[in-house]
This record gives sequence, structure tokens and C-alpha cells, in this order.
Amino acid sequence: MMQWLRMDSLRRLFQRLRSVFPNAQMDHDLDAEMAAHLDLAIEENIQRGMAPKEARRRALVRFAGVEQARQQHRESRGLPWLDVLMQDLRFTFRTMRRDRGFTIIAVVILALGIGSNIAVFSVVNTILLRPLPFRDPQNLVRIVEKYSKAGESSKTYTADATQDFQQQNRSFQSVSGYFAFTGPDNFKLVGNGQPLPVTGILVAENFFEALGVQPSVGRLFRHEEFVQHSRPVTLLSYPFWKRQLGGNRDIVGQAINMNGTPVTVVGVLPDTFDFGSVFSPGAKVDLFTPYIMDDFREDGNDLALIGRLKQGVGLAEAQNEADQLFPQLYFEHKHPDYGKGYTGQLTGLKEYVSGKLWRSLIVLWCAVGLILLIVCVNLSNLLLARAAARSKEFAMRSALGAQRGRLVRQLLTESLVLSAAGAVLGLGLAYASTAYLAHQGSIALPLLSRVRVDGMVLAWTLLIAIGAAVLFGLAPGLRISRSDLQEGLKDGGHGASEGRKHDHMRSALVIIEVAMACVLLVGAGLLLRSFLRVLDVDLGFEPSRAAAITVDDAGGSTSEQRAAIWEEVVRRASMIPGVEAAGITDNLPMSRNRSWGIKAKGGDYDGGKFQGVFVYIVSPGYVRAMGIRLTEGRDISWADIFNNENVVIINETVARKLWPGQDPIGRLALTGGAETRVIGVIADVRETNAEENAGWQMYLPATKQFGPEGAELVVRSKLPPATLATAVMSTLRQISPGQPAAEFKPIQNLVDHATSPRRFFVLLVGIFAGLGLLLASLGIYGVISYSVTRQTQEIGIRMALGATAARVQAGVMARTLRLALLGIAAGTVASFAVARGIASLLFGTEPTDPATLAGMILLLTAVAFFAGYIPARRASRINPMTALRSN
Amino acid sequence: MGESKLDLMQGTLDLMVLQTLTVMGALHGYGIALRLEQISGNEILLNQGTIYASLMRLQQRGWISAEWGASDNNRKAKVYSITRKGRRQFVEDAVYCQRLSSVMGRVLAMGGKGGNE
Repeated sequence: MMQWLRMDSLRRLFQRLRSVFPNAQMDHDLDAEMAAHLDLAIEENIQRGMAPKEARRRALVRFAGVEQARQQHRESRGLPWLDVLMQDLRFTFRTMRRDRGFTIIAVVILALGIGSNIAVFSVVNTILLRPLPFRDPQNLVRIVEKYSKAGESSKTYTADATQDFQQQNRSFQSVSGYFAFTGPDNFKLVGNGQPLPVTGILVAENFFEALGVQPSVGRLFRHEEFVQHSRPVTLLSYPFWKRQLGGNRDIVGQAINMNGTPVTVVGVLPDTFDFGSVFSPGAKVDLFTPYIMDDFREDGNDLALIGRLKQGVGLAEAQNEADQLFPQLYFEHKHPDYGKGYTGQLTGLKEYVSGKLWRSLIVLWCAVGLILLIVCVNLSNLLLARAAARSKEFAMRSALGAQRGRLVRQLLTESLVLSAAGAVLGLGLAYASTAYLAHQGSIALPLLSRVRVDGMVLAWTLLIAIGAAVLFGLAPGLRISRSDLQEGLKDGGHGASEGRKHDHMRSALVIIEVAMACVLLVGAGLLLRSFLRVLDVDLGFEPSRAAAITVDDAGGSTSEQRAAIWEEVVRRASMIPGVEAAGITDNLPMSRNRSWGIKAKGGDYDGGKFQGVFVYIVSPGYVRAMGIRLTEGRDISWADIFNNENVVIINETVARKLWPGQDPIGRLALTGGAETRVIGVIADVRETNAEENAGWQMYLPATKQFGPEGAELVVRSKLPPATLATAVMSTLRQISPGQPAAEFKPIQNLVDHATSPRRFFVLLVGIFAGLGLLLASLGIYGVISYSVTRQTQEIGIRMALGATAARVQAGVMARTLRLALLGIAAGTVASFAVARGIASLLFGTEPTDPATLAGMILLLTAVAFFAGYIPARRASRINPMTALRSN
Repeated sequence: MGESKLDLMQGTLDLMVLQTLTVMGALHGYGIALRLEQISGNEILLNQGTIYASLMRLQQRGWISAEWGASDNNRKAKVYSITRKGRRQFVEDAVYCQRLSSVMGRVLAMGGKGGNE
């Protein structure tokens, strides 16, 4: 029954909505019907014996007005409230056109507030709320070691352990993974022109199947392609296919030349699949090749694991099983003596990817919400001022019979229209800024490339636009509905001194506004100070004047050949004018991080077990080129490399832990499967990012024993990298014609990349704080300026009675500062609570950092001072004669 | 705005239209107007044009349906007939109206006596 009723009223509403708009069909129908009616009546009258003319007249009289009938018909089919709305809208547009200045300011302020909210919501929505772009993403998990202390190596598993887990588990539909230690530009694509550096990721069998990714062209890898010595194949990423191969579908089945080997393209992945955005934020991946287990059996931990849970298996259940299985897994079947015992922590993939950002994003969201509140308060204030100016208009209308509800509705319509206009403009701003963000590869935030304005964002926009309109329309609406009719008509008349009660509400709003701006400023100040602290961190190397380029390792099939090429590269690079030092490493800091094990020979640290240690295989000169401080001993020499000497440089952490209180130089360590002699100690280098303390590190010569994985030439120079690039490239080309056209990247980029999430958040919160400050000062200015205008006569009288200009000015300033200080006091109290909430986001900064607090309070006071100064000055310039004569 | 008074008038006309269609079956607008004039004698001055607004309202509520058809002398005319829902509504409204008018009658009769004493 209820259902019927609702259906019915819905249908009626629809009919009525349709009939509000001029409806030719309905009008035509009615006209035809009325014509028929009249014809019948006339005919009957004629049959009764009337003359045709008289018959027609009588029929019309009895019908009583065709036009009235038409009008009644239209009214009964229309919707009265919609008519009222239309009327309100028309009136609103007229008012807005008349008050163009006000309208523009209001819409721009709203656009800034709503736009920043939409943009931040798009980011929050993409990173936190939206599911990952895979099939049934809730079943996907990431598997890592429980206690990972030495970077990626301890978050990964060997080929043997992976296979054992794949076979033994009962919880997973499939377990797969990818090779975790791929540096950028690890392949070179050889075509007609210069070789092109490309980034390829090795993925284990069923990787794409586990994620539920279907190729857009061709097929995925087959089982037989994961067998040693099978025909090499590759899958291309969509952007790479579009960019480098012009989106040519015929490429599937053809071979491309990678590192001199023909590799068959079997398919192209879909546009929606962006490996980097999920697994390695900020990285661009061009293609994928099979990770062939047998090639990696003896290479240690190198697979990052993901799994898809079977339907109906919960995370806890799977974790239970993992806790049983992982401790029983051997590192290597071939070397059972290496022992067994992994751990496996299962985390939902979504949680793993974006969990760490949760707090930062929520803070950002709150900041932007605060901005919207400030915007609303500001507008509320502007509208109150206008409502005061329009109080006569409203009093007049209500005296003429307008109901109060009708007037409030009119005001709400005005706020809704303003808000809608602001939302449309804000949507434009948000659209532009999200499009910009999505193409910022340099910001290491996951999923950022997928940020866009979607349906969810539009719904959010609608919500906040309506919310804002109600919020800022409420105060003026209440004022009008409460105001006294007679008061209104009298008010603004010939009163000399303006009643102050109108200003109370506005003053309260300004205080709230200043308090909120204060909270924003303090929060942003703390984050900014943290960021500066991060930039100030002693990284252990000097990124500023160094740059790196990937070196072709063609021809280096034996360690002797490689050593000869490396020496040639370093020698020639050092001779380039302007170069201070040059050296090669296979691994840059804050890039890949790979670790091995190390222990002191005969040492008993941690029961004599191997400790995870970051490994860098380097040439002589690298330490100096990177600006790493050698605190003891010597650098690696070419003689070490050519003679295959097993020597090692360790960092201070290793020295302190393995040989506490002793001189480590000359001691023996076991690492990389050999006995190595410590020849030098360096200061700790922050290898993961700027904020985490350095772990264990060691630098080994590129000898037969310690094979490098790739080569990066690092050059230190006073000249900017761009000016050196050509010289370095031509030198490398002379040595190896197959040198790919790799980019000469400043080392600073690596640091910037690592600090980019913090930079991103600080920048945004800073912008919002600035916006808040601007709006608060606008609010102060508005209220003070308005009250000066209203008090022009009063001030005139006081000046006529002998008040000096300075005194008038001081009076206005005192009022300004009272407002500001009240707001700041309230804001400071709130800031303490907020600061504690963001404490975990701070770095080297106390939440109660007095310098930040004092600085922000000072800034806010100064801005408030200037906002009040302009109207105060105007007040002091009032000419008593003019002021009294006017009005 | 004086809407309540208008509503009652509208309601009365609507009820009379429903009654006509219940008794007479399908009819065109002119037919309904004639019938209304007939049964009310000349006590109600009916502006024939107003019934079209009433017919529109009843249609929108789904109580009557309309169809283009032919009149008795083969003219094109819109023919109205009452729906099942309209019948139900008519019974409800008629009962209400009768109760109201009997109550009104008693109330007014009482007032008349009071005036006499």
C-alpha cells in the first residue's frame, strides 16, 4: 500500500514537473477540447432554435472565459512551490547582478574553499577510500617478513621459499611476486637510433592473474615461459606501448631488441594497470619479463610476495597458517645448511599501499575542512552586513504581506545560488589541480596517477556545496526571521549613533574565524618546521653537486673486462673539465636497497649470527664523488679490484656494533660468502630516506667475488649537471657505442623524491594556512571597515567635540586588536589539542614548539593589525563637517 | 492566502465530477458540464470552463482517465471515465461529505433554536 502511494505521488510529481515548463502539447490538447465543447454547445443551441450568432454568444457566456479556464488548467497542473522557487531564483539573479562586487568576491572565496575541498577529497578518495584497481581487491594481500630491519631484502623471499609456500599453503588461491631490486633504466632497448633506457620488472608466474589484470592486447605469460632457456618474452605497459611503439597492435608477436637479445612481445597491459603507482610510488615501469625461478635460486631474498586469498578465507585464518608455515621454510634447497625460518606478515594490499598515509591525509582533509568553515564564516559575515543593509527592503516586503518563511527561503535561495556558482568554479579549479597532480611523477605517493574527479567526487561536491550554503546562509536567515518589523523600518534612518547589537554576531564570527586560522597556522607551522628539520638532516653524503648516469655494461662479461671498462670510464670522466671526482656504484642511496649478511670473524654480536647490511658494489672514487665522509682508513683502490682483493668499507654503525671500542681497520668480516678485510670506515649514510636513521652499510670492490648489478657513474662537479651532461655522454659513447641515452640525474632528485610526500603535505597545508590567514584578515577588515562606515556620523560628532584623529584611529585599532587577540587566544588553546593530534607526523619538532607558536601568533597579530589599519586610517580622516552634513 | 476556502470549492466540484462519471459512465467535458447543471437545478452557477481544471486534477491523481474519442454525433472529443481508484476515492469522499453535511445541518439547526430563545 505504501509502495503504491509512493509510486503514485512520484508519478504525479513527475507530471507536474513536466507541466511547469510551457507545455505546447498540453495547451494544444486543452484548446482542442474546449473548441469541441463550444461546438457542441453551439450546435445544441441552434437545434433549440437560436440564430447561429446568438447560439455562439450563449455558449461562450455559459463557458465563462476561455482564457480563465486555460489559466486555471495551467495552475492545477503545475507545482506551486516550483513557481515560488523560480520567482526566488529570478529575484536572486537580479539582486546578484545589482551587487556585482559582492557576488564576485563571494563566488571567488567559495570557489577557493570548495575547490580545495574537492581536490583534497579526490586525493583522499583515490588513496584511502577507493578500492585498488584490481579484481576483488579485498582478497589481495602483501606478504612481508615481520621484523624487517634492513630494507627490502628482509621483506622478500628466495625463489625456493616462495615455491615451498606456494605448494604448502591452503589459504591462497595463488601466491606470486615480483623481483624487488629493479633499478630504473635496467634494460636498454636497441632500435634504429640510439639505445633507449627502459625499466623492466621481473614478475613471477601468475602475477597478473593473481591481481586479476587482463591484457588489453595479446596475452599474459604462459607457464612454459617461466622455464630456463625458453624463448624470451615481454609484456608492455600501456603508456610505453603508446609512447614508444605508437600504439601499434601488430607489435604483438614481434621481437624487440633488449640488451642485444630479441625478445618477443606477447601482449600489452591495460591502461588501468600502473605497477608503479601501487608497488613503487613515483616509478615508471615500461615492461615486464618473466622471473624464472631457476635463474635466481642462489641469489638470496629477492621476491616481493603478493597473494590472493581463496573466497571465504579470512586474513586472520591465513595469518595463522602463515605463522605455521613460514618458520619451516628453507632459504635454499641446495644449501640446507643455510638454515630455515622465515616469518610472514600478511597485510591487505590496500592497507599496505596506503595505510601509512592515513594520518597525513586525514590531517590534510581536516585542514581543508577548516578552510571551508572559515569561508563559510566569512561569507556569513558578508551576508550579515548585507542583510543589515537590506533590512529595510525585507521590512518593506514583510509589511506588504510577505511571510517570514518566504523571506528566509529567499535568503537561503541566494546562499544556494552563490554556493552553486562557487562549486562550479571550484570544480574547475579542482579539475585542473587533480589533472596536474596525476601527472606529477616526482611525488612518491601511491595511486597519485589515478587521482581524478569522478562520480564520488561530484557527489561530495554537491554535499559540501549544500552544506556550505546552509551553514553560511543560516545566520543571516535567523537574523531576518527574528528581526522586528518596526525596528527594521526605523533602523538605518536618522539615528546618529548606530546600535551596536547588530555587530555582536559579526564580531563573534570574526573571532571564530581568527581562531580557526590560528589553528591552521600553528599546524602548518609545525609541519613546516619538521620539513625544514628533515632538509637539515645530515644525510651522510652531499647530494647538492653530484649527478649520476646509468652506464652501459656491454662487453663486461668477465670481471677483468668489467674492471677495465670501469677504470676507463672513471678515468675519462674525471678528466672532463669541471669534474672534481667520479666513481661507479651499482646502487645509489635512497634508490634500490638490497642487503646481504655480515658478521665479525669470531665475533659474538647477536650470538654470532649474520646481520642484514646494505651492500654497495663500488669503484674507487665513488665515496668521494658522493661526498661521503671517510672517517678512518682508506678508499678502495683499482689494485684491490684488479687483484680481486676481498676488502670492505663499513659504516660507523657496523664498526660500533661488530667491534665495539676497537679499531675496526684490518679486522676480518664474513660477508658475501668470503672473508673480507676492513680497510675503511665511513660516516653513516641515510640509505632509505632522510627521516629514518641509517642502518648497517658496507661498500665492496667490484671484483670476481662481488659482482655488481648494473652501474651508475656518479660525478661531482661545481658545474650544474645540465652543462656536464653532453661531455659525460660523449665520453661514455666513446667507450661503449651501445651506451643508452640515459638521463644525467642530479643526486638531489633522489633526496627530493624521498622527501616528496612530506613536501607535498607541507605545501598543501601551507597553502591552506595562507588561505585561512587571508580570509581571516578579510573578515577582520570587513567587520571593522563596515563599523567605521556605520559610525561615520558618530565619529564626526566626536571629532567635532574635540577628539583628535590619532585618538579615533587608536580607538578603531583597539577594537581590531581586541577581536584578533580573542580569536588568537581561543585558537591557541585549540592548537594545543590539534598539535598533539599531529605529533606523529612531526620530525624533530615538539608539538608544543614555542618558536612556532610564538611566530604564528605574531604573524596573525601583524596581519590583523594591517587589516584594521586601513579602516582605522579612514576613520581618522573623517571630516566632521562632511560627516554631519551628509544624511 | 485564502487557499483553504478555494480547496473546499475545488473538492466539491471534484466530487461532483466523480459522481457524474460514476453514474453516467464515460463522458466528454461538455457532457459532464451539462449533467452537473441539470442535477443541481439552477442552484449552482457553474462556469463550464472551470471543470477542465478539475478534470486535470483528477487525472493527475489517477482517479479518472481520459482518451480522445468520438462524441454521439461523431465529433472528436476527449472522453473521461472513472478509474477503479477513483471509484474507491469517490465512495470515501461521498461518505465523508454526507457525514459532514448531516453534522453541519444539526449544528446549524441548533444555532437556529438558540437564536429563538
